[in-house]
Amino acid sequence: MTARETFLAEAAKRILITDGAFGTEIQNWKLSEEDYAGNLGLSHEQKGNNDILALTKPEVPEAIHRAYFEAGADIAETNTFSANRISQADYGADHLVREINVASAQLARRLADEYQAKDGRPRFVAGAIGPTNKTLSLSPDVNDPGYREIDWDTLVDVYKEQAAALVEGGADFILIETVFDTLNAKAGIMAVKQLEADLGREVPIMLSMTLTDLSGRNLSGHTVEAFWHAVRHAKPVTVGLNCSFGATQLRPHVKALSEIADTLIMIYPNAGLPNELGAYDEMPDTTAGFVKEWAIAGQVNVLGGCCGSTPAHIAAMAKAVAGVPPRKVPVLEPVTRLAGLEPFTLAA
Amino acid sequence: MTATPSSARFVNIGERTNVTGSAKFKKLIMAGDYPAAVEVARQQVENGAQVIDVNMDEGLLDAVKAMTTYLKLIAAEPDIARVPVMIDSSKWEVIEAGLKCVSGKPIVNSISMKEGEEPFLAQARKCMAYGAAVVVMAFDETGQADTKQRKVEICSRAYKLLTGIGFPPEDIIFDPNVFAVATGIEEHDRYALDFIEAVKEIREACPHVHFSGGLSNLSFSFRGNETVRRAMHSVFLYYAIPAGLDMAIVNAGQLDVYDQIDPALREACEDVILMRRPDATERLIELAESFKGKSVAEEKAAEEWRGWDVIKRIEHALVKGMDAHIVDDTEEARQQIAARGGRPIEVIEGPLMDGMNVVGDLFGSGKMFLPQVVKSARVMKKAVAHLIPFIEAEKDAGAKAKGRIIMATVKGDVHDIGKNIVGVVLQCNGYEVIDLGVMVPWSKILDTAKEEQVDIIGLSGLITPSLDEMVTVAEEMQRAEMTIPLLIGGATTSKVHTALRIDPAYEGTVVHVLDASRAVGVASQLLSDTQAEGFKQSVAIDYEKVRIAREGKGQSDLLPLADARANAYAPDFAQKAPAPVQPGLHVFEDWDLADLVETFDWTPFFRAWELAGTYPAILNDAVIGESARHLFADAKAMLEKIVSEKWLTAKGVCAFWPAHREGDDIIIKPSPLQERGLGEGRAAGHTPSPNPSPEGEGDQVRLPFLRQQFKKSRGRANFCLSDFVDTENDWLGGFAVGIHGIDPHLERFKAGHDDYSDILLKALADRFAEAFAERLHQHVRTTLWGYAPGEQLTNEALIREEYRGIRPAPGYPACPDHSLKPILFDLLKATDNAGITLTESQAMLPTAAVSGFYFAHPESQYFGVARIGRDQLEDYAARRGVDLQVAERWLRPNLD
Repeated sequence: MTARETFLAEAAKRILITDGAFGTEIQNWKLSEEDYAGNLGLSHEQKGNNDILALTKPEVPEAIHRAYFEAGADIAETNTFSANRISQADYGADHLVREINVASAQLARRLADEYQAKDGRPRFVAGAIGPTNKTLSLSPDVNDPGYREIDWDTLVDVYKEQAAALVEGGADFILIETVFDTLNAKAGIMAVKQLEADLGREVPIMLSMTLTDLSGRNLSGHTVEAFWHAVRHAKPVTVGLNCSFGATQLRPHVKALSEIADTLIMIYPNAGLPNELGAYDEMPDTTAGFVKEWAIAGQVNVLGGCCGSTPAHIAAMAKAVAGVPPRKVPVLEPVTRLAGLEPFTLAA
Repeated sequence: MTATPSSARFVNIGERTNVTGSAKFKKLIMAGDYPAAVEVARQQVENGAQVIDVNMDEGLLDAVKAMTTYLKLIAAEPDIARVPVMIDSSKWEVIEAGLKCVSGKPIVNSISMKEGEEPFLAQARKCMAYGAAVVVMAFDETGQADTKQRKVEICSRAYKLLTGIGFPPEDIIFDPNVFAVATGIEEHDRYALDFIEAVKEIREACPHVHFSGGLSNLSFSFRGNETVRRAMHSVFLYYAIPAGLDMAIVNAGQLDVYDQIDPALREACEDVILMRRPDATERLIELAESFKGKSVAEEKAAEEWRGWDVIKRIEHALVKGMDAHIVDDTEEARQQIAARGGRPIEVIEGPLMDGMNVVGDLFGSGKMFLPQVVKSARVMKKAVAHLIPFIEAEKDAGAKAKGRIIMATVKGDVHDIGKNIVGVVLQCNGYEVIDLGVMVPWSKILDTAKEEQVDIIGLSGLITPSLDEMVTVAEEMQRAEMTIPLLIGGATTSKVHTALRIDPAYEGTVVHVLDASRAVGVASQLLSDTQAEGFKQSVAIDYEKVRIAREGKGQSDLLPLADARANAYAPDFAQKAPAPVQPGLHVFEDWDLADLVETFDWTPFFRAWELAGTYPAILNDAVIGESARHLFADAKAMLEKIVSEKWLTAKGVCAFWPAHREGDDIIIKPSPLQERGLGEGRAAGHTPSPNPSPEGEGDQVRLPFLRQQFKKSRGRANFCLSDFVDTENDWLGGFAVGIHGIDPHLERFKAGHDDYSDILLKALADRFAEAFAERLHQHVRTTLWGYAPGEQLTNEALIREEYRGIRPAPGYPACPDHSLKPILFDLLKATDNAGITLTESQAMLPTAAVSGFYFAHPESQYFGVARIGRDQLEDYAARRGVDLQVAERWLRPNLD
């Protein structure tokens, strides 16, 4: 069976669990500049370059992956959110993009296989691709709305380089996450399509949008439904929401998406909203209580956490939704679904 | 739900951002004026384009650069970017460059098998990878499909190829080529019919696909004759849409309503398009000539009457309502009469009155209708105006009028169309009318009546508080011990109200006048030496009967308020509308008048002129059709001026507030968020930031509503507007729109003795206000509140209110308390934002204005509160926080 088939088979049985935050977990290790930089001899300061730990201090991401698997996760998301040429250039590490991604994927693969061997339950590796800090839809210059910091072809190449390395290292899926700009996500999809053509096989995609306001739009202005129309051609294994808000704030949008998306829904919210000090203090049982409501309402297939979530949150979620039947994927009418910032459907 | 399923799903694609379709847009792009070009897109979307077509195929342009520049610029405009884009080019590299800039899911227009299967499939695969629907031209290696068979063959082949590579069939839009018909070349005769039949067949053979077409080709041989072109396009769509045509690249403003096309022209177009007769082309060409201008014969007949005797000419001018020669003819008549030693007044008493008598007879016998009568009066007024200096020079007291009548719209009310019509009709029939205008206090009416020794007072009013004011006038007339008859008219007045409330207040005769056509009969009987007493008695008896019937019959039973509440309507709140997409306040400084014209509901316009019937059928009515057509033509001509010369300005405001129900009240939280609406720079974009609602009772506004109390049968609920709002987490909207700028034009008409134009303009301003309310409601449903984003309704469907949600107005049956208006106006800051003020009776100024609340729940519906009991009155006064007496005054029409 392909990774997609195995995943769909598992998802038909139960609500699957993906992992939680890496960034906030890494902070707990209180790593020094030396820990980050290792002996790579890079010119820039590396502190804060979490992704490079795959090369310089792999025991840290390994320990975090283990903690999440122990908590009950079915999916490990590679620690590669910023492991793209644009973000790594800020650390003077853009020449290491391939190595970081290969190493991160290999690490997650090794642990996933290890845990799967222990109990026979399939584990999956999602190669995580962040949005980069450049946007295809918006001008950073208020006086020149037609200006763009980056163009489509460049971004497609950036994504493709990272996706190829993640697949090379053993990732089952490419997870295009925290999509604040729908056009960036479309470039990511194009990159994976090109990669598929190069490899001559399917590379399944997971998509996760992030909302920037409570009305349910991302930064490029797309509503949840318009986003789905714009990316449905990726035929993703999962589509969903992550980051930005806690579960409470995501509630109406989870419902909306679950009704219109004819694929699995994966939601991994933050552990509530940050407090005055920027820390997340929503308790594991609280978060688990919120996501359980979605589970009972039949709105989700995969649950996990984003910023501020811990292995304890993941364990609490896994416990809360154990035995709750997963959402059934709806079958949609074959009607033409177009989108601007808002969806437009042309009836058959 | 919708007029016809086919038209409801028909998509108009905006074509004005297309350099090949719009000379204006091309000029802007060639000049590099992108900001202005972006405005073109904005206008299209504001005007209702559901998809915008962008085309930069111009030889002198770097099309790739122009396409990408433009698409990036409109991506920065949330008002525009909300709708999908159609990337239109004959060059693939332009299309692909465009695909790299569009963030939603666009339509590619177009690809074809022109270069063979391989390039076609390669482009289709790319469209799939970019995530785009695609228009496929019926074009293959040998050329464009012209016959039905070729169209079907090519499209079926393309369908097979595309679905073979996994292309979603619902993302395929076929363009089976619209070609020119009526070219004189026999092979072209079948083109339109072939298109329509091919669409039907392809739809059967290729499930889930859509169809598009460019209409302008069809009528290519009638270049320069817009009337015929528009008619051809409308007729074509009328048949192609049911066959399966889903979308067309067309300027929606340049389509005629099928039913409105000249019947002969329509038939000729149908003959051509459906190929119904061999000589169809010749016949259409021949007919088309007549639409270029008036035929010679018609001109000749039109001028013939100028050769007649002057007396006959005057009569003719009066009957026909033609004022072009009236001053000259009147002068000629005056000189003739003067030559035989007569006086100027004889022109009035002779030919002019004779002419008006003919008009009066025709009107009285139902052979002439109000618009014509008003036109005739205009001719009369102009003639009289010409004669007055001569008459005054003679110090003649003037002709003795049949009677002198005061006409006034009562205090607090500003509506005067009906009053003016009655005034004109009376003048036409020889009465002298003293028009005191609008918002006239009773003191002025009484003073004038005494000073001018008038014979009759006529009162008019449109809003319900005017009923009370009329009672006041009657009481004051009684106090002043007057005896002259009082006439009552206007939309809210009724025989029952007159009999029950006004008549008992005044010992003199009070008569309710149903419409203008009755006014002359009533006035003449009241002032007749022989008939007056009999008429007065019969009216008195009649009204007494009404009162007795009312008493004897008793009122329908009222439920105690508690029972009525227990029988409240309970909608399914799982179905309630989502929160507005764009909450807060939206101001519209200057809505496009041309856009509003398209939303006109003409039926009430004709009703204002006492022409009963439904538009457009009324235009072909056997009896009043001709009159209606002339009126309609005059209205259209004035409309064109109103729009092109910008006589009027449509200002409006709407807002949405978090709301919940508490009993029969709706509690709303006015939003602190001040958003600006269309056509002005909205800061930082498309969505309001998360909006922390103000907490605390102080920021809340309570809107009390009234509940039906009469006993319902068959399980019907006792409705109250608050029933449609949930007890938590719901929303309510409000709006006010007004049409400004009418006064200078009315002044002008007044100076020209032109009552006809005066009434016409007022009636049209009312239509603009209603259309604005309808259009704004639509904008609210599809965009601002956005609970029905996919709604696609024809104007007919809009008029039938086949949409979701209602917009009841304070002062109307569902919400009879006019005094909620000031609260609504405060919430909307309607005076600042839309320039609308309220009189003491809560009439809106300018007169052409509409306001109301928006309820979005799908089950919300209009109803009439009707009669309420004392218990609810007391309850309401308490909820409203006013004295019982005040509430009683406001709600009098709803009380026993």
